[in-house]
Amino acid sequence: MADGIPGLTLVHPLEGRRDALAAASVGTLLSLDLEAPVAAVDLRVDPDGSGPAAVGAAVGAALPARPDTWTALPSGLALRLGPDEWLLTSTTADPQDWEFHVDETASAHGGMAVDVSAQRTSVRVRGTAARDLLAFGCSLDLRPAAFPRGRCAQTLLGQAAVVLVAYDVDDLALIVRSSFAGYVADWLVDAAAEFQP
Amino acid sequence: MSRIAGYGRVDRSRTITVTVDGTAYTGHPGDTVASVLLAHDARPQTTSVKYGRPRGITSSWTEDPTGLVQVEEPFPEPMLLAATVEASDGLVVRGVNGQGRLAEVPDTARYDRRHHHCDVLVVGAGPAGLIAARTAARRGESVVLVDDRPTAGGTLTGTETIDARPALDVVADTVAELAALGVTHLQRTTAFGHYDDGFVLALERRGETARTRQRVHRIRAGRVVVAAGAIERPIVFEDNDRPGVMLASAARDLLHRHGVLAGREVVVFTSDDAAYAAAADLADAGAAVRVLDARERAPQSWRQRCEERGVAVETGTLVHGTRGEEHLTAAVVGTVTDSGRREVPCDLLLVSGGWNPTAHLVSHVGGTLAYDAALGAFRPAAPLPAGVEAVGAANGTFALADILREAGGTDAPVAPAEEWPEPTLVLWHTPGEATRQFVDVARDATVADVARAVGAGMTHPEHVKRYTTIGTAHDQGKTSGILALGILAELTGRPIQEVGTTTFRPPYTPVAFAALAGRERGDLFDPVRTTPLHAWHVAAGAEFEDVGQWKRARHYPQAGEDMTAAVLRECAAVRTSVGIMDASTLGKIDVRGPDAPVLLDRLYTNMMSSLKVGRVRYGVMCGNDGMVFDDGTVLRLAEDRYLVTTTTGNAAHVLDWMEEWVQTEWTDLRVRLTSVTEQWSIAAVAGPRSRDVIGAVFGDVDVSNEALGFMCWADTTLDGVPVRLARISFSGELAYEVTVSSWYAPAVWARLLEAGQEFGITPYGTETMHVLRAEKGYPIIGQDTDGTVSPHDLGMSWAVSKKKDDFVGKRSHARAENRNPLRKQLVSLLPTDAATKLPEGSQIVRFCDDGALPPAPVPMLGHVTSSYHSAELARPFALALVKGGRERLGEVVHVPVGDELVAARIGETVLVDPEGARRDG
Repeated sequence: MADGIPGLTLVHPLEGRRDALAAASVGTLLSLDLEAPVAAVDLRVDPDGSGPAAVGAAVGAALPARPDTWTALPSGLALRLGPDEWLLTSTTADPQDWEFHVDETASAHGGMAVDVSAQRTSVRVRGTAARDLLAFGCSLDLRPAAFPRGRCAQTLLGQAAVVLVAYDVDDLALIVRSSFAGYVADWLVDAAAEFQP
Repeated sequence: MSRIAGYGRVDRSRTITVTVDGTAYTGHPGDTVASVLLAHDARPQTTSVKYGRPRGITSSWTEDPTGLVQVEEPFPEPMLLAATVEASDGLVVRGVNGQGRLAEVPDTARYDRRHHHCDVLVVGAGPAGLIAARTAARRGESVVLVDDRPTAGGTLTGTETIDARPALDVVADTVAELAALGVTHLQRTTAFGHYDDGFVLALERRGETARTRQRVHRIRAGRVVVAAGAIERPIVFEDNDRPGVMLASAARDLLHRHGVLAGREVVVFTSDDAAYAAAADLADAGAAVRVLDARERAPQSWRQRCEERGVAVETGTLVHGTRGEEHLTAAVVGTVTDSGRREVPCDLLLVSGGWNPTAHLVSHVGGTLAYDAALGAFRPAAPLPAGVEAVGAANGTFALADILREAGGTDAPVAPAEEWPEPTLVLWHTPGEATRQFVDVARDATVADVARAVGAGMTHPEHVKRYTTIGTAHDQGKTSGILALGILAELTGRPIQEVGTTTFRPPYTPVAFAALAGRERGDLFDPVRTTPLHAWHVAAGAEFEDVGQWKRARHYPQAGEDMTAAVLRECAAVRTSVGIMDASTLGKIDVRGPDAPVLLDRLYTNMMSSLKVGRVRYGVMCGNDGMVFDDGTVLRLAEDRYLVTTTTGNAAHVLDWMEEWVQTEWTDLRVRLTSVTEQWSIAAVAGPRSRDVIGAVFGDVDVSNEALGFMCWADTTLDGVPVRLARISFSGELAYEVTVSSWYAPAVWARLLEAGQEFGITPYGTETMHVLRAEKGYPIIGQDTDGTVSPHDLGMSWAVSKKKDDFVGKRSHARAENRNPLRKQLVSLLPTDAATKLPEGSQIVRFCDDGALPPAPVPMLGHVTSSYHSAELARPFALALVKGGRERLGEVVHVPVGDELVAARIGETVLVDPEGARRDG
């Protein structure tokens, strides 16, 4: 998706801060990188009904069974944001196709999927200091045992709502509404000063 | 000089200079301002806040009720204690008389906050806290240890032994072990507030050379172990506020920590054993010491140790007062019955009335403190709040051997058992003149003041505290609080346990607002929300305005233009050719499900179920009170799908409001809501040439009025990217809203500008938008309304369905008051001079024939809600809420502007194109 559709240029919401984030990275301690835009739908469906299993079959992997966890899809992620809400991403599908594909199954089970590909953007936070950095603005218990790979959470970083995703001990991502992305990037760059030699 | 060789842990190999009240003093790293001053037999130039009496240094740490200084360099900070400010080279301070001065220059230092989660938080790194932390860490628990002093060890002086080794060696080993076990160990860190569920706030002072000057640690712990020690209790006597009167423990601390002997001729006045250690240590350091023990019996082994050092011990003897001018010269001494007063020359009078457990953090979370008659103090009482423990002196355990055992159990190191002590004599004050017996030295509050409070009928400590102000100074009554309670008990003839305590509240010690603000200042003060077109607006020279958290382009001034000129130019462009505005900030909610039409019918005042797919309808939402709280357009995308737009500032509130109804009241509705505010960006293209621009960019769309009529939408694509075109106008002109995925908003915006070039397409901002809509009488919810305005008041009865059984606000509309013809109604106001722009918010009064306001009170008819210069009308105009406004059309009223009365005529709200001829181009 990163290349967009020929003719119209896809502009990353944090394009103007790409360099600042890179400059704030500190060796193996910390790296801050923009993630490429992906197709995404917000899925709302009754968790106790047949919907989640059906959607899982349609997207190629079971949806996460517990809120605040994620599972991998063949080319994307399924993040369970709440009891009846999931965010399903695809790195290969076109946003309209992705919405149509998921919605086709969800609506048959009383649910719905809405295209939110451009609603949010994502910053990857990696390095041995990644969790320390986030501890300056996120009140969740981010110790690896409490927030291991497979966890995600809707929380606050500074004063912005984010979805925090744990890929590994030193590999996390922040998914943030694009209007708040500049604030979050500025916050990260400012916080990263702590780790500058 | 009173620096004693062989004592103290300061670094004597290095000398630093500190300036106090204009005089330079030398000291060493490890000193405080207080220890530097006392090493030079000096004190800060301070006087008391009420009586202007001289004030000295009374203690060596945060409990000091006196010794207040203002730091001037490196950065101004008011109301700190000389006893707690660490001496550093170049530090400049001066004494203050109870009031400091805030910096007048911006603080460039960095402050921040950090969150922690741990199994155990230990507060205090004295012997109790160190061993408690070690025990937990050895068990494999994650531990955070905080302590407010620069170094661990608490009040250990270096003379004690633990496990038959020097105690401070054991401290060093323990600190090293904690580090090896991964304990987060923070010195210079004060736990200042304790809240429910193991949440503790702690302030770390990282110093002037650190990247971050101060850090607030927000610690969430499974268990909180309070090992905060104890504070020595003074005894009140006449003129006990005179410089030279000090807590016994403070003199000992100054000697062992800083190598400073605070006096040469020392009287120790005690009713407790611990002060004997101070007497012996000061004598060893070269002072002439005399002990006056209020008790009838002195502890035998201490008496012996004193005699070996030539320290006289008198029992059954009290200090009744002091002598001296600026500084103490003698103690006035007598018997317990105040007979045979005599003067004992001295330059230091040490006082000890026992010890108070520092149990503030227990009390913060509702832990009860019970009076222990043996201690003469309140201590934590079982049951403690869940997850809270108190150990060591904070728990009323004072002997080192007992402290270690309490903190570490079988894992604890051992200290020699101490001699069975002589019981503490609880003595709040000695006999004397109550008006000169200071209970709270910081507040100049005396025993007489407590008596006055009691005389006025106050018996509860909370009342007495407020009446006398005892305990409300910078030290929060760390030494005076218990004295006030004891004296209150005595005056009211009650046991102290019946009197109880005042409530301890955070913060334990003062915390600078800068530290609490942390990094949330400047650009990070509040999130700034921007649209995908923000960079373009910046490059185009836009002036921005804040709308909620959004930055919106307000206008785009060209060279030499002020806002008025820019807005007039932008307005004219829209009315005569074409303009383009970024409307992406509008709140957008995707409403889906078979019952979506039902939900919207219930939430909007007008009918949404009858809206056809492909059409757009303007809707108004009311609260339960029937007053307008939001408006916007609704697009019907499919039978079961709508796209709702909200005002920019209200988007989250409207979504919450809708979710609340769906989740709590109408749970049977099959409908789901998704915020898509940032998913879709909107370019509003408005003006008579807008059709040309849209037609040029979207060549495959029939943009004729017949094919794409007013309040209709159509989907198309641009180079494969889906785009929605909607005929929505907020200016009265022919206009289109172009909606596209925010990914492509800059690209589509560029295409529109390119196509509009030949028509002079003009970017316009929110100020221009406001003028254009006001010329058409379209209200802005929140500007022309204030939560007391109904749709009918806005002249929008047409938007209130009479067919629907119910909708939110309908019942309130039926209230008699809602039909009151004198309700304020939205009208336009045209100043009759056609020149004056009425200030928004101006009051409107009846026309005054003589051109002067009648005597106050002047009945008010209403107020101006919006006011602008109009390019189209070539004059200023306004919208206003006026009582019975619809009945006053044509009436001339007065608007006081400064000293002038400006006449203005009330009119219909639609001032431009009232017949709506421009809408379709």
